[in-house]
Amino acid sequence: MDVRSQAPPIDAPVALDVSGVSHTFVAQGSGAQVCALDGIDLRLAPGEFFSVIGPSGCGKSTLLEIVAGLTRPTEGRVVFDGREVLGEVPDGVGMVFQEDASFPWLSVWDNVAFGLRRRGADAAEIKRRVDYALRFVGLADFARHHPRQLSGGMRQRVCIARTLVLEPRLILLDEPFGALDQQTRLVMGEELLRLWRETGATVLLITHGLDEAAMLSDRIGVMSARPGRFIATLATGWPRERDSQVVNEPHFGALTGEMWTHLRAESMRSIGIPP
Amino acid sequence: MNRRFDGALFTLAVLLLWELLYRVVGSAGLSSPLTTFAAVVHLLSSGAFWKNVSATADAFALAVVFSLAGGLAIGLLLGLSRFAGDVFDPILNALTAIPKITLYPVILLFFGLGMEAKVAFGTIHGIFPVIILTMNGVRNISPVVRKAARAMRLTPAQTIRTVLLPAALPEIVSGMRIGVSLALLGTLIGELFASDRGIGFMLIQSVEHSDVPTTMAITVLLFAVAVVGGMAMLRVDRRLHQGG
Repeated sequence: MDVRSQAPPIDAPVALDVSGVSHTFVAQGSGAQVCALDGIDLRLAPGEFFSVIGPSGCGKSTLLEIVAGLTRPTEGRVVFDGREVLGEVPDGVGMVFQEDASFPWLSVWDNVAFGLRRRGADAAEIKRRVDYALRFVGLADFARHHPRQLSGGMRQRVCIARTLVLEPRLILLDEPFGALDQQTRLVMGEELLRLWRETGATVLLITHGLDEAAMLSDRIGVMSARPGRFIATLATGWPRERDSQVVNEPHFGALTGEMWTHLRAESMRSIGIPP
Repeated sequence: MNRRFDGALFTLAVLLLWELLYRVVGSAGLSSPLTTFAAVVHLLSSGAFWKNVSATADAFALAVVFSLAGGLAIGLLLGLSRFAGDVFDPILNALTAIPKITLYPVILLFFGLGMEAKVAFGTIHGIFPVIILTMNGVRNISPVVRKAARAMRLTPAQTIRTVLLPAALPEIVSGMRIGVSLALLGTLIGELFASDRGIGFMLIQSVEHSDVPTTMAITVLLFAVAVVGGMAMLRVDRRLHQGG
């Protein structure tokens, strides 16, 4: 089976269109110009699950922040749902950060209810959705706890619930499972797939886990070491109804193998070993 | 239980030392604990004392309001703008370091002898810790918490009210605790040096009349108020720093 694939056809509906995005910033201290991203093109179909994988420091997180509207790219543009993203997070976009972004002064329940309250949802609706989101991340029994009473992985799940409870149409995930152990990762990944199927949301996931990308995605973009560019795009070919059992498919090994073929030299380059 | 016992022991030791010291220096320099407590009782039952208390309390309350409200507003502003914060940080530190008593003649020229001068003097003592700790509290909020607020599409007002203030609250309260203590100090110093009523004024008068028991009684009362108030504020402060 040919795992390489082209981007969706030009006339297909597009949920997210990233075109010609490059980003250069001035390094703190040295004052040197650092080119983080170099000519990124990315088009996601509505309801697509796309993962970006690449060596550390390749600008993956910068790309996600640009897509979210948190950072303005030095070049290129991002269009979400037909509107250009300009220095502000568009309605319908939810983001989970790599670091713990839970609010320490609020209980777990209040953390998850935070966004709904700001939007003025009514109390019954908030309760229903927050309880559902907490069950989804397996924290229903910890609703009254404060983040400092939880492990790093549980705090990250609070952040995931806080974002998902708002039912975003585009979910941006920056290594959300990085702080979780392997089994919890698989289970959370499976739950994420279920949620993705049920809501029809488009997902853009940043990860450094080869198997995570292979198991969750419709397509996977492999990025080079800095400055980040896409060096390959792979289609997994999984059906929409899928779960963590895909790791048993023979094709799964071929996918991770191909990703590693592309990534090996880049990873060595990013940590300073000549390939 | 144990703590209460320690406290009692400490008080007893202080009283003993006091009595000893009194026997050494004599009644021209110090009044004995007993005489002092008699003077305390006498003060508490006199109308003139309460009139002075209310004069000080009014000035102190206003100085606290100006210190806290002004300090919070300025600190928030400087905390939110990196540039303004960078510019004003050294200036604030310099202003905090100067002995403010040197400004008192200027304040008297400005406001004249009375309430306004005391309030102004209390405020210039109390406002700086509130500004500095509020500013630092806001600046130290982790960038990802701010980003999360942006990602949830909060308006600037919502961000300040529901994210920045609660996130910086422990530091803001520390600033307020120090600010309140210093505002009291400033108000009293103001009364000591130039004023016609208030506790500080009463204190300096009793000194001028060589009324040692009254001087000591006022000192003891001020000490008691400062300790009790300070401990109550410290308790709130600690609870916030432990996170509830």
